[in-house]
Amino acid sequence: MNFTDAEIWGIIAALGAGTFLIRFSFLGLIGDRPLPEWLLRHLRYTPVAILPALVAPLVVWPEATGGQLDPTRLGAAGVTITVGYILKSPLWAIVSGIAAFLALGALV
Amino acid sequence: MPSANSLRAAFWRGARDAAPFIIVVVPFGALFGVVGTEAGLDLWQVMGFSFLVIAGASQFAALQLMTENAPAFVAVASALAVNLRMAMYSASLAPHLGAAPIWKRALIAYLTVDQTYALAVQRYEDAPKAPLAEKVAFFFGACLPIVPLWYLASLAGILAGSAIPADWGLDFIVPITFLALVAPGLRTMAHVAAALAAITLALLAAGLPWNLGLLVGGLGGMIVGAEVERRMTRAGTFQ
Repeated sequence: MNFTDAEIWGIIAALGAGTFLIRFSFLGLIGDRPLPEWLLRHLRYTPVAILPALVAPLVVWPEATGGQLDPTRLGAAGVTITVGYILKSPLWAIVSGIAAFLALGALV
Repeated sequence: MPSANSLRAAFWRGARDAAPFIIVVVPFGALFGVVGTEAGLDLWQVMGFSFLVIAGASQFAALQLMTENAPAFVAVASALAVNLRMAMYSASLAPHLGAAPIWKRALIAYLTVDQTYALAVQRYEDAPKAPLAEKVAFFFGACLPIVPLWYLASLAGILAGSAIPADWGLDFIVPITFLALVAPGLRTMAHVAAALAAITLALLAAGLPWNLGLLVGGLGGMIVGAEVERRMTRAGTFQ
């Protein structure tokens, strides 16, 4: 990581302040006026859109393999999604994903 | 005016309802401590994240982009995009807590995380007529097992992280963590469509500078999800 300490603290402070403002937005500033339905409808999909967009390149082109498609990482990602989807539990999904990553890594 | 007893009862009810989440919060906080330390942050910086941000997914997102040496504003903007859902939390808490004094609302805002929000809204919908002070007490009670343990777990992870060698393949723990957070949330076709569109767009736009492919994929996925929901609602097939 090529950041100075000041830059790292700048990122932390900006993220902390911005996150607080998002949380405070309606509760603190806007009060109990209702949000437009179209806005709520988009906000509902932030977690299931932003996080996969972040992960997809890391799964398909992992830096650790020099950007080559890697069966171990693809397999572990598949196990994580399947377990998380079926059991509806982030915790079990993490545990199974890490176990699959280690097991496949030992096999391949 | 609710009695001191009923406030105490509401507070401890919140704490009790939140207790099962300890098994989610502790490993996740510890993981952030480990991964942050491995990425090269010092103790105060990792604790700064966990104390000032208290939003695990966005902390991991910022960390990931920082290790890729993305520009600082991209790391901040992308991590904030992960937290946009909290505007929705804020909006749905406002009708219940909007009448509390400003300093309490500010403290509640700081403490609004996925788990405290979900517990509070569920409680307020079960007992909408409860007095404001009891609703506030329940919220703070729900924070008790979650937020202090988030700080402590991060600290424990930092201490463990400095003892773990750097070549353990921890690079893939962050992607696994994100997938684990997303998969249980794929409740409807609209959620699945949002995720698939986001993945496709993020891969197609991966060549853009400054990791902007992430924001293109994320925003595109949100628009697709919202549009699928709108059409399914109109056709009467949503939920």
